[in-house]
Amino acid sequence: MTESKIKLDVKTIKLDFPILQQNVRNGNKLVYLDSAATSQKPKIVIDAVSSYYEKINSGVHRGAHYLAELATDAYEDSRQAIAGFVNVKAEQIIFTKNATESINLLAYGLLNATLQAKFDKKIDPRLVISENDEILITELEHHSNIVPWQDLCLKTGAQLKWIPLNADGSLDYSSLEKLVSKKTKVISVTHMSNVLGTLTDIELITKYAKSVNALLFIDACQSVPHMPVDFQNLGADAIAWSGHKMLGPLGIGLFAATTELLDILPPFLTGGSMIETVTMEKTTFAKAPKKFEAGTPAAAEAVGLAQGVAYLNKIGMTNVFQHEKDLANKMVQGLLEIPGVTVFGPHDGNRGGAVSFALQGLHPHDVGQVLDDLGIAVRVGHHCAKPAMKKLNVQSTTRASTYIYNDESDVDIFLDGVTKVFEFFGSK
Amino acid sequence: MKLSNMYQEVILDHYKSPRGKGLREPFTGQSHQVNPTCGDEITVRVKLSEDKNIIEDISYEGVGCSISQAAMSILFEQVLGKNVSEFDEISKEFLAMMQSKGIYEPNEDLLGDGIAMIGVAQYPARIKCALLSWMGVKDAIIRSKGENK
Ligand SMILES: Cc1ncc(COP(=O)(O)O)c(C=O)c1O
Repeated sequence: MTESKIKLDVKTIKLDFPILQQNVRNGNKLVYLDSAATSQKPKIVIDAVSSYYEKINSGVHRGAHYLAELATDAYEDSRQAIAGFVNVKAEQIIFTKNATESINLLAYGLLNATLQAKFDKKIDPRLVISENDEILITELEHHSNIVPWQDLCLKTGAQLKWIPLNADGSLDYSSLEKLVSKKTKVISVTHMSNVLGTLTDIELITKYAKSVNALLFIDACQSVPHMPVDFQNLGADAIAWSGHKMLGPLGIGLFAATTELLDILPPFLTGGSMIETVTMEKTTFAKAPKKFEAGTPAAAEAVGLAQGVAYLNKIGMTNVFQHEKDLANKMVQGLLEIPGVTVFGPHDGNRGGAVSFALQGLHPHDVGQVLDDLGIAVRVGHHCAKPAMKKLNVQSTTRASTYIYNDESDVDIFLDGVTKVFEFFGSK
Repeated sequence: MKLSNMYQEVILDHYKSPRGKGLREPFTGQSHQVNPTCGDEITVRVKLSEDKNIIEDISYEGVGCSISQAAMSILFEQVLGKNVSEFDEISKEFLAMMQSKGIYEPNEDLLGDGIAMIGVAQYPARIKCALLSWMGVKDAIIRSKGENK
């Protein structure tokens, strides 16, 4: 992919997002710094969803009438667009409802393979999890990349192992030598942390995964929306992310995997739309992607997401990433200049736009409340990463996270807001 | 800033100098409450009198925001030495105020400093912070009575 290097024209970009035009608490202009939770949507995405319902709504892949054809084409074109975005073939993209469902698709696929293997010799042994096996994740994961694996371990008797998080927010890669062994069946790691904005050393993890022939899954929720991601370069068996964090509508998630994995993995959900033929004795499944898309799909949402992808492509993901790195650095440096502020995780380097911090003596809820009063939306809490919180020695943090519609003036307003928080509560 | 509706002086004062804080012996029932959205936690102990009627001590320890900490401290002041049915009455009044979206004439005789929490009732995301300690005490009382083990 060749991209011209540009500085983002954020003033113009902001105008494409209707929600950013309004005033919030106390008539303040909205400064939205919670895109790691969910991104805002440009008008073209909102319009694409309405237009689907106004013009072509009908059952995708069901029926030969005019509208059904249009809807099916629109849905499949969206798949194609999203496939291109991460450099896979259309058949390698599975639509789900969010990343959490995508991760469950894999975990339950493995559970189903394990159950089925008792009667079916054709199940690939790579998918069968036994009591002697181990699943390896990191202490930095989002609950959505912890709980499905804990649950799979509960049902198979496998052991869950953790790559430790150092107190400084880096992963302890030296532990891999001991943690990865012939017992390691699955390795599942985040690509970019939703708490710290840090990037995982995927190259290293891939090397370890390959050395023991373990399945490698990457939680790409925070990477695909914010940086160029080429599935072929990752060396993973599968990745997942959510459409709603990359300008798309709610209710549409993605699972992308190698053709080999999609061929051998049993389906998670079964029923209509995912079959080849059904008789009273037996059902045969369709090939991927249909095999993993049971029931009537969220076609309008897929169509909306494709417009989000087009919007990002127009800017160029290299430019998006550079823009967010610049904002994050400005934010981190600005925060560090305010006495009493701690920034979690590395303070420089190759990072994304999610910044977690603490104000001495103040609880994140109270910090977020004062910022909210100024029209600044940040996330407070454990960010669905309680094991990471524990390692960082905090109950919760305040997190500001950026996207393409944020500029330096947003960061300035935010930094000024943080100073005001201290003023409001006085010294404790 | 309208925010001072929520963070009234009384609340900040309770937050900065919490009354009755710390876990104490003896106690008749203990409860652990977690606010799943922020991870805040509180452990509450209650000591009921022999006839299980008078709340002789309430002690607590926890991590939380100013609202949850102040709510606990206010509760301590307001409820210590009262009997269980009085607690139920106060707790009902407090809940009604918190669910009122801030449009309510709270009974100051019952709630004491607790009436300052009316500003919090305007912020749905924070109501749980104010209620956490009340749920803890209620649960600890139930446990003291042996109705729930
Ligand atoms: C790193 C990471 N993984 C998983 C998820 C879960 O995504 P969703 O809630 O859209 O399923 C999120 C976001 O909430 C995330 O940031």
